[in-house]
Amino acid sequence: MPEKLYIDALREGLREEMLRDENVFILGEDVGLYGGAFGVTKGLFQEFGEDRVKDTPISEAAIAGAAVGAALCGMRPVAEIMFFDFFTIAMDQLVNQGAKNRYMFGGKAKVPMVIRGPMGCGTGAAAQHSQSFPAVFAHFPGLKVVMPSTPYDVKGLIKASIRDDNPVVFAEHKLLYRVKGEVPDEEYIVPLGKADVKRKGKDITVVAGSIMVIRALEAAKQLEKEGIDVEVVDPRTLKPLDMDTIINSVKKTGRVVIVEDDPISFGWGAEVAAGIASSSAFDYLDAPIKRLAGLDIPIPYNPNLEKHAVPQVEDIIKGIKDTLR
Amino acid sequence: MSLTRDKKLWMYRKMLEIRHFELEVDRLFKANMIWGTCHLSVGEEASAVGSIAALEEKDMITSTHRGHGHCLAKGGELPRMFAELLGKETGYCRGRGGSMHIADLEKGNLGANGIVGGGIPIATGAALASKMRKDGKVTLCFFGDGAANQGCFHEAVNLAAVNKLPIVYICENNLYGMSVPFRKASSVENIADRATAYSIPGKVVDGNDVEAVYQAVKEAVDRARRGEGPSLIENKTYRWLGHSKSDANVYRTKEEIEEWKQKCPIKRYRQKLINEGVASAEELDRMEKEVEQAIQDAIEYAKNSPEPRVEDIMDGVYA
Ligand SMILES: Cc1ncc(C[n+]2csc(CCOP(=O)(O)OP(=O)(O)O)c2C)c(N)n1
Ligand SMILES: [Mg+2]
Repeated sequence: MPEKLYIDALREGLREEMLRDENVFILGEDVGLYGGAFGVTKGLFQEFGEDRVKDTPISEAAIAGAAVGAALCGMRPVAEIMFFDFFTIAMDQLVNQGAKNRYMFGGKAKVPMVIRGPMGCGTGAAAQHSQSFPAVFAHFPGLKVVMPSTPYDVKGLIKASIRDDNPVVFAEHKLLYRVKGEVPDEEYIVPLGKADVKRKGKDITVVAGSIMVIRALEAAKQLEKEGIDVEVVDPRTLKPLDMDTIINSVKKTGRVVIVEDDPISFGWGAEVAAGIASSSAFDYLDAPIKRLAGLDIPIPYNPNLEKHAVPQVEDIIKGIKDTLR
Repeated sequence: MSLTRDKKLWMYRKMLEIRHFELEVDRLFKANMIWGTCHLSVGEEASAVGSIAALEEKDMITSTHRGHGHCLAKGGELPRMFAELLGKETGYCRGRGGSMHIADLEKGNLGANGIVGGGIPIATGAALASKMRKDGKVTLCFFGDGAANQGCFHEAVNLAAVNKLPIVYICENNLYGMSVPFRKASSVENIADRATAYSIPGKVVDGNDVEAVYQAVKEAVDRARRGEGPSLIENKTYRWLGHSKSDANVYRTKEEIEEWKQKCPIKRYRQKLINEGVASAEELDRMEKEVEQAIQDAIEYAKNSPEPRVEDIMDGVYA
């Protein structure tokens, strides 16, 4: 199978859906000639023209709201928000409008849109360009939330998200763009709401999302040398959340560490922990559920502080060992 | 509103300071000594300096992601700025903020901003506080042509206009918001034309003419201080370098950049000062040497400063 970068796989997914359905279009800041701040839409402007790859003014509220409006009228917009932090500016249109329209209108409307952007720290971009907070959106009925960790998943999930008839928040991580992985040439879809076991193991379950999947897999690789067999489960979509796969894994291993990139308080890891504790897996637990996540601080600029703000491979190794003790 | 010799020389020195500061940051960046990203204001020095020259010391500003120049003109200290860019404990934000978040509250700089347009309502709130407390301060609110298309621009300017707040909105129109040309993002020819929508004065200024900027802003600041409300000033200018570190300038031509370099605000002012007999070429050269030396000293200070301690990572989230 050919190996591709996450960013290229994502672009391929966008392109295929644009070829397949002329209602699909892209809008956002610098997505045209410039190809997006991170290069996700590179070349699409040249291929599809400025009507379908639309540069907008710097107006996140209008980007999100225009996507909602166009979606209500049968288009399938994919809105790019340059950095995940700026979702807050788009929030009202997304949360009070897009998420609620269908139910509020008695189930008559459809809002088939995707709003996507890169989250996460590790590039020295400081507090207003580094936060991960996909879980916030999982709190709003009507929204779906996706956070792919691999090139394979990002392509399959962007296609599923575009075809979905609901507003989907698509959270990428900027450090994932340069990650390589296998992506088949044939067409495929990764359905929303299905977790994936990224690595099979019998001693302990690590539930990790987004960039933390990569770090958890690295931790697992290192621990293998010490004879510790780690299973890594990636929920892939936060909403809908596939608890079954997680519960089955925990029943098998009896121990679980949850690893998030978001600040720890009220994070999705708490939802997963509660889901495990209130399920049939509870009786199988041989140790308390452990959570590793970002500190409750805005992301600091200094590289060393920044590194300490979210879990790193060493932290995951330590968390696993503590839970096995 | 005639300018004293001291003020003219101050303006020249500040522009030099900003130019050399930015070029030095560019070098440190390329040498991997500065982390993250930063947005340089080379070519736009007259806008920051001419505007802030119209303020009194007690007055306030809000700045942008392209904010080094505003900070320096408002009295920012070179060593603490470099220390911040190097992520050191002695920096303006103890190394927590970096280029996009330098704030110097004692000097009335309420901060640069990573959110385009984010400073516009903040400045409006500062002016609201001044009006409520009758402290006689005026706030200058800097923002770019791109930022003027954020909803909060409209909301804040309208709020200031109905309340006659002591504030001057300064749009630094450098013809681009990242890669998008101004004319593709705004339906008006001038951002200042939007002043009509709020029934406030609006004025377009040659943003590379430091004295012209000063005169226009001074008039607006005086008006604000008299309690007559906000104004909107648009400094037409140009950034010489890329939008940020990772910019190949695909969206504009070399010729356009060259053309604007010919309108260098510093060269232009130097010639004017010499022609008017304000200073000799030798005096201005000497000034430039002093500025360069101060910058090298500041970098040394920053390099020798301590890193923040990991044990302190949780400090300062809450008051
Ligand atoms: C809310 C928000 N949207 C987008 C960005 C990304 N961004 C940073 S600077 C910039 C361009 C800003 O243009 P302008 O206001 O004209 O200022 P300039 O960079 O030209 O000085 C963009 C789009 C951001 N930082 N914040
Ligand atoms: Mg601009």
